[in-house]
Amino acid sequence: MVAPVAPALPDGLVVIVKEECETCRMIAPLLARLRGATVYVQDDAGFPAGVEAVLDADLAVSWHHAVETVPTLIRVVNGVEAERTVGWVRSDWRRVTGVEDLGDDLPPFRPGCGSMSVDPDRVDGLRQRFEGGRLRSRRVELAELEDEFEALFDRGWTDGLPVVAPTEQRVLAMLDGTSRSSDEIVATVAPDLVEATVEKIAIAAVMAGCRPEYLPWVLTAVEAICNDEFNIHGLLATTMPVGPVIVCSGPGTVKIGMNSGVNALGQGNRANSTIGRAVQLVVRNVGGGRPGGVDRAAHGNPGKLSFCFAERPDSPIGTLAEQQGVAGDVDALTVFPGEGPRCVVDQLSRRPESLASSLAACLRTVHHPKLPLAFDAIVVLGPEHLRVFADAGWDRPRILTELDDRLQLAGDEIVRGAGGIDEGVPADLAGATLPKFRPGGLLLASAGGGAGLFSAIIGGWANGATGSTPVTREVRP
Amino acid sequence: MNRFVLDPTGERTVVERTLLDRPPSLAGRRVGLLDISKPRGNVFLDRLEERLATDGAAVQRYRKPTFTKPAPVDLRHEIATQCEVVIEALAD
Repeated sequence: MVAPVAPALPDGLVVIVKEECETCRMIAPLLARLRGATVYVQDDAGFPAGVEAVLDADLAVSWHHAVETVPTLIRVVNGVEAERTVGWVRSDWRRVTGVEDLGDDLPPFRPGCGSMSVDPDRVDGLRQRFEGGRLRSRRVELAELEDEFEALFDRGWTDGLPVVAPTEQRVLAMLDGTSRSSDEIVATVAPDLVEATVEKIAIAAVMAGCRPEYLPWVLTAVEAICNDEFNIHGLLATTMPVGPVIVCSGPGTVKIGMNSGVNALGQGNRANSTIGRAVQLVVRNVGGGRPGGVDRAAHGNPGKLSFCFAERPDSPIGTLAEQQGVAGDVDALTVFPGEGPRCVVDQLSRRPESLASSLAACLRTVHHPKLPLAFDAIVVLGPEHLRVFADAGWDRPRILTELDDRLQLAGDEIVRGAGGIDEGVPADLAGATLPKFRPGGLLLASAGGGAGLFSAIIGGWANGATGSTPVTREVRP
Repeated sequence: MNRFVLDPTGERTVVERTLLDRPPSLAGRRVGLLDISKPRGNVFLDRLEERLATDGAAVQRYRKPTFTKPAPVDLRHEIATQCEVVIEALAD
Protein backbone atom coordinates (compact mmCIF):
# COMPACT_ATOMS: atom_id res chain seq x y z
CA MET A 1 0.00 0.00 0.00
CA VAL A 2 1.33 3.45 -0.90
CA ALA A 3 0.39 6.36 1.34
CA PRO A 4 -1.28 9.18 -0.58
CA VAL A 5 1.09 12.10 -1.06
CA ALA A 6 0.62 14.95 1.38
CA PRO A 7 -1.29 17.70 -0.44
CA ALA A 8 0.64 20.98 -0.53
CA LEU A 9 -1.09 24.11 0.74
CA PRO A 10 -1.39 27.05 -1.65
CA ASP A 11 0.42 30.27 -0.81
CA GLY A 12 -1.56 32.91 1.04
CA LEU A 13 -4.22 32.35 3.66
CA VAL A 14 -5.69 28.90 4.23
CA VAL A 15 -8.69 28.27 6.45
CA ILE A 16 -10.01 24.84 7.46
CA VAL A 17 -13.60 24.73 8.72
CA LYS A 18 -16.53 22.41 9.21
CA GLU A 19 -20.17 23.34 9.02
CA GLU A 20 -21.08 21.44 12.16
CA CYS A 21 -18.86 23.71 14.26
CA GLU A 22 -20.59 26.69 15.82
CA THR A 23 -17.42 28.81 15.85
CA CYS A 24 -16.89 28.07 12.16
CA ARG A 25 -20.45 29.22 11.45
CA MET A 26 -19.80 32.35 13.49
CA ILE A 27 -16.71 33.33 11.51
CA ALA A 28 -18.07 32.16 8.12
CA PRO A 29 -19.22 35.62 7.04
CA LEU A 30 -15.65 36.93 7.53
CA LEU A 31 -14.11 34.50 5.04
CA ALA A 32 -15.45 36.37 2.01
CA ARG A 33 -13.38 39.38 3.15
CA LEU A 34 -10.14 37.43 3.07
CA ARG A 35 -8.95 38.10 -0.44
CA GLY A 36 -7.38 35.10 -2.14
CA ALA A 37 -7.87 32.83 0.85
CA THR A 38 -8.31 29.09 0.21
CA VAL A 39 -11.03 27.57 2.35
CA TYR A 40 -11.16 23.83 3.01
CA VAL A 41 -14.36 22.44 4.47
CA GLN A 42 -14.49 19.01 6.07
CA ASP A 43 -18.16 18.12 5.98
CA ASP A 44 -20.34 20.22 3.63
CA ALA A 45 -19.35 21.40 0.14
CA GLY A 46 -21.98 24.15 0.32
CA PHE A 47 -20.41 25.80 3.35
CA PRO A 48 -19.61 28.61 3.90
CA ALA A 49 -22.22 30.42 1.82
CA GLY A 50 -20.72 32.81 -0.72
CA VAL A 51 -17.26 31.24 -0.62
CA GLU A 52 -15.91 28.70 -3.06
CA ALA A 53 -14.60 26.15 -0.60
CA VAL A 54 -12.66 22.97 -1.38
CA LEU A 55 -14.19 19.87 0.15
CA ASP A 56 -11.53 17.96 2.13
CA ALA A 57 -13.56 14.83 1.59
CA ASP A 58 -10.90 12.29 2.57
CA LEU A 59 -9.49 14.65 5.21
CA ALA A 60 -6.07 14.38 3.56
CA VAL A 61 -5.39 18.11 3.90
CA SER A 62 -6.50 18.13 7.52
CA TRP A 63 -4.48 15.00 8.35
CA HIS A 64 -1.25 15.91 6.66
CA HIS A 65 -1.24 19.43 8.03
CA ALA A 66 -1.97 18.28 11.58
CA VAL A 67 -5.24 20.18 11.91
CA GLU A 68 -6.67 19.32 15.31
CA THR A 69 -9.11 22.20 15.74
CA VAL A 70 -11.51 24.00 13.41
CA PRO A 71 -11.40 26.71 12.41
CA THR A 72 -7.65 26.69 11.74
CA LEU A 73 -6.13 29.68 9.96
CA ILE A 74 -2.73 29.24 8.33
CA ARG A 75 -0.55 31.69 6.42
CA VAL A 76 1.62 30.02 3.77
CA VAL A 77 4.65 31.67 2.22
CA ASN A 78 6.50 30.00 -0.66
CA GLY A 79 4.84 26.68 0.12
CA VAL A 80 5.88 26.78 3.77
CA GLU A 81 3.62 27.39 6.74
CA ALA A 82 4.60 30.72 8.31
CA GLU A 83 1.97 31.11 10.98
CA ARG A 84 -1.22 29.50 12.30
CA THR A 85 -3.98 30.14 14.79
CA VAL A 86 -6.79 27.87 15.90
CA GLY A 87 -10.33 28.60 17.07
CA TRP A 88 -11.31 32.27 17.07
CA VAL A 89 -8.91 34.63 18.78
CA ARG A 90 -9.68 38.00 17.22
CA SER A 91 -6.26 39.53 17.79
CA ASP A 92 -4.54 36.49 16.28
CA TRP A 93 -6.82 36.45 13.23
CA ARG A 94 -6.17 40.14 12.67
CA ARG A 95 -2.41 39.61 12.90
CA VAL A 96 -2.34 36.58 10.59
CA THR A 97 -4.72 38.05 7.98
CA GLY A 98 -3.46 41.63 8.22
CA VAL A 99 -7.10 42.83 8.27
CA GLU A 100 -7.20 45.30 11.14
CA ASP A 101 -10.93 45.57 11.74
CA LEU A 102 -11.69 41.89 11.23
CA GLY A 103 -14.56 40.64 13.39
CA ASP A 104 -15.43 43.93 15.07
CA ASP A 105 -18.89 42.62 15.87
CA LEU A 106 -17.66 39.27 17.20
CA PRO A 107 -16.56 38.38 20.71
CA PRO A 108 -12.78 38.59 21.16
CA PHE A 109 -12.44 34.86 21.78
CA ARG A 110 -14.31 31.66 21.14
CA PRO A 111 -12.74 28.17 21.24
CA GLY A 112 -13.00 26.05 18.13
CA CYS A 113 -14.24 22.48 17.75
CA GLY A 114 -12.38 19.22 17.16
CA SER A 115 -11.24 18.60 13.60
CA MET A 116 -12.87 15.58 11.95
CA SER A 117 -9.36 14.27 11.33
CA VAL A 118 -8.89 13.67 15.06
CA ASP A 119 -12.38 12.29 15.65
CA PRO A 120 -11.80 9.16 17.77
CA ASP A 121 -14.01 7.15 15.41
CA ARG A 122 -11.97 8.16 12.38
CA VAL A 123 -8.41 8.68 13.58
CA ASP A 124 -7.21 5.06 13.45
CA GLY A 125 -8.59 4.56 9.95
CA LEU A 126 -7.01 7.81 8.74
CA ARG A 127 -3.66 6.88 10.25
CA GLN A 128 -3.77 3.53 8.49
CA ARG A 129 -4.76 5.21 5.22
CA PHE A 130 -2.18 7.96 5.27
CA GLU A 131 0.70 6.36 7.17
CA GLY A 132 0.19 2.62 6.68
CA GLY A 133 2.68 2.62 3.82
CA ARG A 134 5.59 2.96 6.22
CA LEU A 135 4.91 -0.43 7.80
CA ARG A 136 7.22 -3.08 6.41
CA SER A 137 6.00 -6.25 8.10
CA ARG A 138 4.34 -8.97 6.10
CA ARG A 139 0.54 -8.80 6.18
CA VAL A 140 -1.00 -12.07 7.32
CA GLU A 141 -4.62 -12.61 6.34
CA LEU A 142 -6.87 -14.37 8.78
CA ALA A 143 -9.42 -16.73 7.27
CA GLU A 144 -13.04 -15.71 7.48
CA LEU A 145 -14.01 -18.39 9.96
CA GLU A 146 -10.89 -18.11 12.12
CA ASP A 147 -11.37 -16.74 15.61
CA GLU A 148 -8.95 -13.85 16.00
CA PHE A 149 -7.50 -15.06 19.30
CA GLU A 150 -7.30 -18.71 18.29
CA ALA A 151 -5.63 -17.72 15.01
CA LEU A 152 -2.72 -16.13 16.86
CA PHE A 153 -2.36 -19.13 19.17
CA ASP A 154 -2.39 -21.44 16.15
CA ARG A 155 0.51 -19.57 14.57
CA GLY A 156 2.61 -20.01 17.73
CA TRP A 157 2.87 -16.29 18.42
CA THR A 158 1.63 -16.18 22.00
CA ASP A 159 3.23 -16.77 25.38
CA GLY A 160 0.34 -18.99 26.46
CA LEU A 161 -2.07 -16.17 27.16
CA PRO A 162 -4.25 -14.53 24.52
CA VAL A 163 -2.63 -11.60 22.72
CA VAL A 164 -4.13 -8.52 21.11
CA ALA A 165 -4.20 -8.91 17.32
CA PRO A 166 -1.49 -6.63 15.84
CA THR A 167 -3.56 -4.91 13.16
CA GLU A 168 -2.08 -2.09 11.10
CA GLN A 169 -4.26 0.44 12.90
CA ARG A 170 -3.16 -0.70 16.34
CA VAL A 171 0.52 -0.87 15.41
CA LEU A 172 0.42 2.62 13.87
CA ALA A 173 -1.25 3.96 17.02
CA MET A 174 1.47 2.23 19.09
CA LEU A 175 4.21 3.86 16.98
CA ASP A 176 2.83 7.25 18.03
CA GLY A 177 4.32 6.46 21.44
CA THR A 178 7.87 7.02 20.25
CA SER A 179 9.71 9.66 18.28
CA ARG A 180 11.94 6.98 16.79
CA SER A 181 11.49 6.00 13.17
CA SER A 182 9.56 2.76 12.64
CA ASP A 183 12.35 1.29 10.52
CA GLU A 184 15.14 2.05 12.97
CA ILE A 185 16.94 -1.10 14.11
CA VAL A 186 16.84 -1.32 17.87
CA ALA A 187 18.70 -4.55 18.55
CA THR A 188 19.82 -7.87 17.20
CA VAL A 189 17.74 -10.42 19.04
CA ALA A 190 19.02 -13.83 20.11
CA PRO A 191 18.90 -16.70 19.59
CA ASP A 192 18.26 -16.32 15.84
CA LEU A 193 20.20 -13.02 15.76
CA VAL A 194 17.45 -11.20 13.88
CA GLU A 195 17.45 -7.42 13.68
CA ALA A 196 14.40 -6.00 15.45
CA THR A 197 13.03 -2.71 14.15
CA VAL A 198 10.95 -0.27 16.16
CA GLU A 199 8.01 -1.59 14.12
CA LYS A 200 8.56 -5.23 15.15
CA ILE A 201 8.83 -4.19 18.78
CA ALA A 202 5.66 -2.08 18.44
CA ILE A 203 3.90 -5.19 17.13
CA ALA A 204 4.98 -7.10 20.24
CA ALA A 205 3.85 -4.19 22.41
CA VAL A 206 0.39 -4.26 20.81
CA MET A 207 0.17 -8.01 21.32
CA ALA A 208 1.23 -7.69 24.97
CA GLY A 209 -1.48 -5.11 25.64
CA CYS A 210 0.74 -2.03 26.04
CA ARG A 211 -0.46 1.53 25.65
CA PRO A 212 1.61 3.67 23.22
CA GLU A 213 3.20 5.62 26.07
CA TYR A 214 4.83 2.41 27.32
CA LEU A 215 6.67 1.85 24.03
CA PRO A 216 9.84 3.82 24.91
CA TRP A 217 10.24 1.59 27.99
CA VAL A 218 9.81 -1.56 25.91
CA LEU A 219 12.32 -0.32 23.29
CA THR A 220 14.88 0.50 25.98
CA ALA A 221 14.42 -2.85 27.70
CA VAL A 222 14.93 -4.70 24.42
CA GLU A 223 18.12 -2.70 23.81
CA ALA A 224 19.27 -3.43 27.34
CA ILE A 225 18.91 -7.22 27.09
CA CYS A 226 20.30 -7.66 23.57
CA ASN A 227 24.04 -7.22 24.02
CA ASP A 228 27.01 -9.28 25.09
CA GLU A 229 26.90 -7.89 28.64
CA PHE A 230 23.35 -8.93 29.45
CA ASN A 231 23.55 -11.98 27.21
CA ILE A 232 19.85 -12.77 26.69
CA HIS A 233 20.96 -15.77 24.65
CA GLY A 234 22.49 -17.44 27.68
CA LEU A 235 19.68 -16.37 29.97
CA LEU A 236 17.18 -17.92 27.60
CA ALA A 237 19.14 -21.09 27.02
CA THR A 238 20.02 -21.84 30.65
CA THR A 239 18.35 -24.64 32.56
CA MET A 240 17.97 -22.23 35.52
CA PRO A 241 14.57 -20.57 36.19
CA VAL A 242 15.46 -17.03 35.20
CA GLY A 243 14.33 -14.30 32.85
CA PRO A 244 14.79 -10.55 32.39
CA VAL A 245 13.56 -8.61 35.44
CA ILE A 246 12.95 -4.95 34.56
CA VAL A 247 13.28 -2.37 37.34
CA CYS A 248 12.04 1.09 36.27
CA SER A 249 12.47 4.49 37.88
CA GLY A 250 12.09 8.20 37.19
CA PRO A 251 9.15 10.57 36.75
CA GLY A 252 7.99 8.73 33.62
CA THR A 253 7.01 5.69 35.69
CA VAL A 254 4.40 7.83 37.44
CA LYS A 255 3.25 9.42 34.17
CA ILE A 256 2.54 6.08 32.54
CA GLY A 257 0.88 4.76 35.68
CA MET A 258 3.34 2.08 36.75
CA ASN A 259 2.89 0.52 40.15
CA SER A 260 5.65 0.88 42.74
CA GLY A 261 3.39 0.48 45.77
CA VAL A 262 0.88 -2.12 46.96
CA ASN A 263 1.47 -5.41 45.08
CA ALA A 264 4.19 -3.78 42.92
CA LEU A 265 5.69 -7.15 41.99
CA GLY A 266 2.29 -8.72 41.42
CA GLN A 267 -0.62 -8.57 39.01
CA GLY A 268 -3.18 -5.88 38.31
CA ASN A 269 -1.21 -2.99 36.81
CA ARG A 270 -1.29 -2.70 33.05
CA ALA A 271 2.12 -1.08 32.55
CA ASN A 272 3.95 -3.47 34.90
CA SER A 273 2.23 -6.48 33.35
CA THR A 274 2.61 -5.59 29.69
CA ILE A 275 6.05 -3.96 29.37
CA GLY A 276 7.86 -7.10 30.49
CA ARG A 277 5.49 -9.22 28.44
CA ALA A 278 6.25 -7.26 25.28
CA VAL A 279 9.99 -7.76 25.81
CA GLN A 280 9.51 -11.51 26.14
CA LEU A 281 7.30 -11.59 23.03
CA VAL A 282 10.14 -9.92 21.09
CA VAL A 283 12.50 -12.68 22.26
CA ARG A 284 9.94 -15.31 21.33
CA ASN A 285 8.74 -14.05 17.98
CA VAL A 286 11.59 -11.95 16.57
CA GLY A 287 14.48 -13.82 18.19
CA GLY A 288 12.86 -17.25 17.92
CA GLY A 289 13.52 -18.12 21.58
CA ARG A 290 10.88 -20.55 22.75
CA PRO A 291 10.46 -22.95 25.66
CA GLY A 292 11.58 -26.39 24.61
CA GLY A 293 13.57 -24.83 21.75
CA VAL A 294 16.53 -22.73 22.83
CA ASP A 295 14.78 -22.00 26.16
CA ARG A 296 15.85 -25.04 28.20
CA ALA A 297 14.70 -23.96 31.68
CA ALA A 298 14.15 -26.96 33.95
CA HIS A 299 11.33 -25.18 35.81
CA GLY A 300 11.10 -21.60 34.58
CA ASN A 301 9.19 -19.14 36.71
CA PRO A 302 5.92 -17.23 36.28
CA GLY A 303 7.88 -13.98 36.01
CA LYS A 304 8.96 -15.07 32.54
CA LEU A 305 5.54 -13.83 31.36
CA SER A 306 6.40 -10.36 32.66
CA PHE A 307 8.52 -9.29 35.60
CA CYS A 308 8.61 -5.52 35.58
CA PHE A 309 8.00 -3.00 38.33
CA ALA A 310 8.67 0.60 39.27
CA GLU A 311 10.64 1.90 42.21
CA ARG A 312 8.99 4.15 44.78
CA PRO A 313 9.67 7.81 43.94
CA ASP A 314 9.85 8.56 47.70
CA SER A 315 12.63 6.07 48.45
CA PRO A 316 15.03 7.43 51.09
CA ILE A 317 17.95 5.60 49.47
CA GLY A 318 17.46 6.69 45.84
CA THR A 319 17.04 4.29 42.96
CA LEU A 320 18.77 1.22 41.63
CA ALA A 321 19.54 3.17 38.45
CA GLU A 322 21.45 5.66 40.61
CA GLN A 323 23.42 2.80 42.15
CA GLN A 324 24.29 1.90 38.55
CA GLY A 325 25.42 5.44 37.75
CA VAL A 326 22.34 7.18 36.27
CA ALA A 327 21.10 10.52 37.65
CA GLY A 328 18.12 10.23 40.02
CA ASP A 329 15.48 12.28 38.24
CA VAL A 330 16.00 10.60 34.89
CA ASP A 331 13.76 7.89 33.42
CA ALA A 332 15.79 4.72 33.45
CA LEU A 333 15.52 0.98 33.73
CA THR A 334 17.76 -1.83 34.83
CA VAL A 335 17.46 -5.31 33.41
CA PHE A 336 18.48 -8.05 35.80
CA PRO A 337 18.68 -11.78 35.06
CA GLY A 338 16.40 -12.96 37.81
CA GLU A 339 14.28 -15.75 39.24
CA GLY A 340 10.97 -15.19 41.01
CA PRO A 341 10.93 -13.11 44.18
CA ARG A 342 10.92 -14.58 47.67
CA CYS A 343 9.79 -12.80 50.84
CA VAL A 344 11.95 -11.85 53.83
CA VAL A 345 9.74 -11.59 56.93
CA ASP A 346 11.17 -9.60 59.82
CA GLN A 347 8.49 -7.89 61.86
CA LEU A 348 10.50 -7.38 65.00
CA SER A 349 13.73 -5.64 64.01
CA ARG A 350 13.70 -1.93 64.79
CA ARG A 351 17.50 -1.68 64.88
CA PRO A 352 19.23 -1.48 61.49
CA GLU A 353 21.91 -3.94 62.64
CA SER A 354 19.28 -6.54 63.41
CA LEU A 355 17.45 -6.03 60.13
CA ALA A 356 20.70 -6.21 58.15
CA SER A 357 21.48 -9.52 59.85
CA SER A 358 18.02 -10.85 58.94
CA LEU A 359 18.40 -9.87 55.31
CA ALA A 360 21.92 -11.33 55.18
CA ALA A 361 20.74 -14.64 56.63
CA CYS A 362 18.16 -14.91 53.86
CA LEU A 363 20.50 -13.65 51.13
CA ARG A 364 22.98 -16.34 52.06
CA THR A 365 20.54 -18.94 50.73
CA VAL A 366 20.28 -17.48 47.22
CA HIS A 367 20.35 -20.57 44.97
CA HIS A 368 22.29 -22.51 47.64
CA PRO A 369 23.71 -21.48 51.02
CA LYS A 370 27.02 -23.15 50.15
CA LEU A 371 27.55 -21.41 46.80
CA PRO A 372 29.38 -18.05 47.00
CA LEU A 373 30.18 -15.44 44.34
CA ALA A 374 28.40 -17.11 41.45
CA PHE A 375 25.07 -15.26 41.53
CA ASP A 376 23.98 -11.63 41.94
CA ALA A 377 20.78 -10.60 43.73
CA ILE A 378 18.40 -7.68 44.12
CA VAL A 379 16.88 -6.91 47.51
CA VAL A 380 13.58 -5.09 47.02
CA LEU A 381 13.21 -3.22 50.28
CA GLY A 382 9.66 -2.49 51.39
CA PRO A 383 8.89 0.96 52.86
CA GLU A 384 8.62 -0.35 56.41
CA HIS A 385 12.03 -2.00 56.25
CA LEU A 386 13.46 1.08 54.53
CA ARG A 387 12.19 3.21 57.38
CA VAL A 388 14.24 1.21 59.88
CA PHE A 389 17.38 1.99 57.91
CA ALA A 390 16.44 5.60 57.10
CA ASP A 391 15.56 6.42 60.74
CA ALA A 392 19.02 5.25 61.77
CA GLY A 393 20.66 7.35 59.05
CA TRP A 394 21.82 4.40 56.95
CA ASP A 395 22.08 5.32 53.29
CA ARG A 396 22.48 2.94 50.35
CA PRO A 397 26.29 2.50 50.57
CA ARG A 398 26.02 1.89 54.32
CA ILE A 399 23.31 -0.75 53.91
CA LEU A 400 25.36 -2.50 51.20
CA THR A 401 28.53 -2.43 53.33
CA GLU A 402 26.72 -3.76 56.39
CA LEU A 403 25.14 -6.57 54.35
CA ASP A 404 28.47 -7.45 52.79
CA ASP A 405 30.10 -7.62 56.24
CA ARG A 406 27.46 -10.16 57.28
CA LEU A 407 27.80 -12.21 54.10
CA GLN A 408 31.39 -13.43 54.51
CA LEU A 409 31.19 -17.23 54.35
CA ALA A 410 33.63 -19.49 56.18
CA GLY A 411 35.23 -21.92 53.72
CA ASP A 412 35.01 -24.73 56.29
CA GLU A 413 31.22 -24.47 56.26
CA ILE A 414 30.76 -24.40 52.51
CA VAL A 415 33.23 -26.94 51.15
CA ARG A 416 31.83 -30.00 49.48
CA GLY A 417 30.61 -32.45 52.10
CA ALA A 418 30.34 -29.88 54.92
CA GLY A 419 27.05 -30.13 56.79
CA GLY A 420 26.45 -33.50 55.17
CA ILE A 421 25.81 -31.80 51.81
CA ASP A 422 27.86 -32.76 48.75
CA GLU A 423 27.23 -29.43 46.98
CA GLY A 424 29.71 -26.68 47.79
CA VAL A 425 33.09 -25.22 46.90
CA PRO A 426 36.24 -27.34 46.30
CA ALA A 427 37.93 -28.74 49.40
CA ASP A 428 41.04 -26.56 48.96
CA LEU A 429 38.94 -23.53 49.96
CA ALA A 430 38.56 -24.82 53.53
CA GLY A 431 40.03 -22.17 55.80
CA ALA A 432 39.34 -19.37 53.31
CA THR A 433 36.68 -16.69 53.72
CA LEU A 434 34.52 -16.04 50.68
CA PRO A 435 31.92 -13.31 50.12
CA LYS A 436 28.46 -14.50 49.11
CA PHE A 437 28.32 -11.77 46.45
CA ARG A 438 30.99 -10.44 44.10
CA PRO A 439 31.70 -6.68 44.41
CA GLY A 440 28.70 -4.84 42.98
CA GLY A 441 26.73 -8.08 42.80
CA LEU A 442 24.20 -7.05 45.43
CA LEU A 443 21.64 -4.49 44.28
CA LEU A 444 18.99 -2.59 46.21
CA ALA A 445 15.59 -1.46 44.93
CA SER A 446 12.66 0.17 46.74
CA ALA A 447 9.10 -0.95 46.13
CA GLY A 448 6.03 -2.25 47.90
CA GLY A 449 3.00 -1.15 49.88
CA GLY A 450 3.20 1.00 52.99
CA ALA A 451 2.17 -1.74 55.40
CA GLY A 452 4.19 -4.90 56.00
CA LEU A 453 7.66 -5.32 57.50
CA PHE A 454 8.82 -7.34 54.52
CA SER A 455 11.32 -7.21 51.69
CA ALA A 456 11.79 -9.38 48.64
CA ILE A 457 14.89 -11.06 47.28
CA ILE A 458 15.33 -11.76 43.57
CA GLY A 459 18.15 -14.22 42.95
CA GLY A 460 20.24 -13.91 39.80
CA TRP A 461 21.99 -16.22 37.39
CA ALA A 462 25.59 -16.99 36.41
CA ASN A 463 27.18 -13.56 36.68
CA GLY A 464 29.90 -11.49 35.09
CA ALA A 465 31.75 -12.48 31.94
CA THR A 466 30.61 -16.10 32.26
CA GLY A 467 26.92 -15.20 32.28
CA SER A 468 25.01 -11.94 32.57
CA THR A 469 25.74 -8.51 33.95
CA PRO A 470 22.79 -6.27 34.90
CA VAL A 471 22.44 -3.42 32.40
CA THR A 472 21.02 0.04 33.15
CA ARG A 473 19.84 2.40 30.40
CA GLU A 474 18.17 5.77 30.28
CA VAL A 475 14.77 5.73 28.62
CA ARG A 476 14.42 8.18 25.77
CA PRO A 477 11.14 9.11 24.03
CA MET B 1 -14.33 -8.32 5.43
CA ASN B 2 -10.71 -9.39 5.14
CA ARG B 3 -8.79 -9.22 8.37
CA PHE B 4 -5.07 -8.74 8.34
CA VAL B 5 -2.51 -8.76 11.12
CA LEU B 6 1.16 -7.84 10.90
CA ASP B 7 3.66 -10.67 11.16
CA PRO B 8 5.33 -10.43 14.60
CA THR B 9 8.18 -12.76 13.68
CA GLY B 10 11.66 -11.99 12.38
CA GLU B 11 10.49 -13.13 8.90
CA ARG B 12 13.76 -14.93 8.39
CA THR B 13 14.42 -16.81 5.23
CA VAL B 14 15.47 -20.15 6.56
CA VAL B 15 18.48 -21.44 4.69
CA GLU B 16 18.00 -25.13 4.03
CA ARG B 17 21.18 -27.08 4.55
CA THR B 18 21.67 -30.76 3.97
CA LEU B 19 23.76 -32.83 6.33
CA LEU B 20 27.00 -34.24 5.02
CA ASP B 21 27.13 -37.97 4.55
CA ARG B 22 28.18 -39.85 7.64
CA PRO B 23 31.83 -40.95 7.24
CA PRO B 24 32.05 -44.76 7.02
CA SER B 25 35.01 -44.74 9.41
CA LEU B 26 36.80 -42.23 11.60
CA ALA B 27 40.20 -43.76 10.91
CA GLY B 28 42.54 -41.06 9.66
CA ARG B 29 39.90 -38.34 10.03
CA ARG B 30 40.53 -35.07 11.82
CA VAL B 31 37.99 -34.96 14.66
CA GLY B 32 37.43 -31.80 16.71
CA LEU B 33 36.17 -32.01 20.28
CA LEU B 34 34.57 -28.78 21.51
CA ASP B 35 34.45 -28.34 25.29
CA ILE B 36 31.73 -25.78 26.02
CA SER B 37 33.27 -25.06 29.47
CA LYS B 38 30.62 -26.78 31.54
CA PRO B 39 31.97 -28.46 34.69
CA ARG B 40 33.33 -31.95 34.03
CA GLY B 41 32.86 -31.63 30.26
CA ASN B 42 36.60 -32.30 30.03
CA VAL B 43 36.18 -35.65 31.83
CA PHE B 44 33.71 -36.75 29.20
CA LEU B 45 35.84 -35.47 26.34
CA ASP B 46 39.04 -37.05 27.72
CA ARG B 47 37.35 -40.43 27.54
CA LEU B 48 36.03 -39.74 24.04
CA GLU B 49 39.49 -38.71 22.90
CA GLU B 50 40.91 -42.03 24.12
CA ARG B 51 38.24 -43.96 22.26
CA LEU B 52 38.67 -41.94 19.08
CA ALA B 53 42.45 -42.33 19.16
CA THR B 54 41.96 -46.09 19.37
CA ASP B 55 39.85 -45.86 16.22
CA GLY B 56 42.70 -44.06 14.48
CA ALA B 57 41.24 -40.56 14.45
CA ALA B 58 43.42 -37.46 14.77
CA VAL B 59 41.82 -35.56 17.63
CA GLN B 60 42.03 -31.81 18.08
CA ARG B 61 40.63 -30.17 21.25
CA TYR B 62 38.81 -26.80 21.39
CA ARG B 63 37.18 -24.85 24.18
CA LYS B 64 34.50 -22.15 24.28
CA PRO B 65 35.25 -19.22 26.65
CA THR B 66 31.91 -19.70 28.42
CA PHE B 67 29.06 -22.15 28.05
CA THR B 68 26.50 -19.33 28.31
CA LYS B 69 27.34 -17.72 25.00
CA PRO B 70 27.55 -19.01 21.43
CA ALA B 71 31.03 -20.02 20.22
CA PRO B 72 32.93 -16.99 18.87
CA VAL B 73 33.05 -16.71 15.09
CA ASP B 74 36.84 -17.17 15.02
CA LEU B 75 36.61 -20.41 16.95
CA ARG B 76 33.92 -21.74 14.64
CA HIS B 77 36.06 -20.83 11.64
CA GLU B 78 39.09 -22.52 13.18
CA ILE B 79 37.17 -25.73 13.75
CA ALA B 80 35.62 -25.65 10.29
CA THR B 81 38.98 -25.27 8.58
CA GLN B 82 40.91 -27.75 10.74
CA CYS B 83 38.42 -30.60 11.17
CA GLU B 84 36.31 -32.97 9.12
CA VAL B 85 34.12 -34.07 12.02
CA VAL B 86 33.20 -32.24 15.22
CA ILE B 87 31.68 -33.37 18.49
CA GLU B 88 30.28 -30.71 20.82
CA ALA B 89 29.97 -31.73 24.44
CA LEU B 90 27.52 -30.80 27.15
CA ALA B 91 28.15 -31.91 30.70
CA ASP B 92 26.93 -31.55 34.34
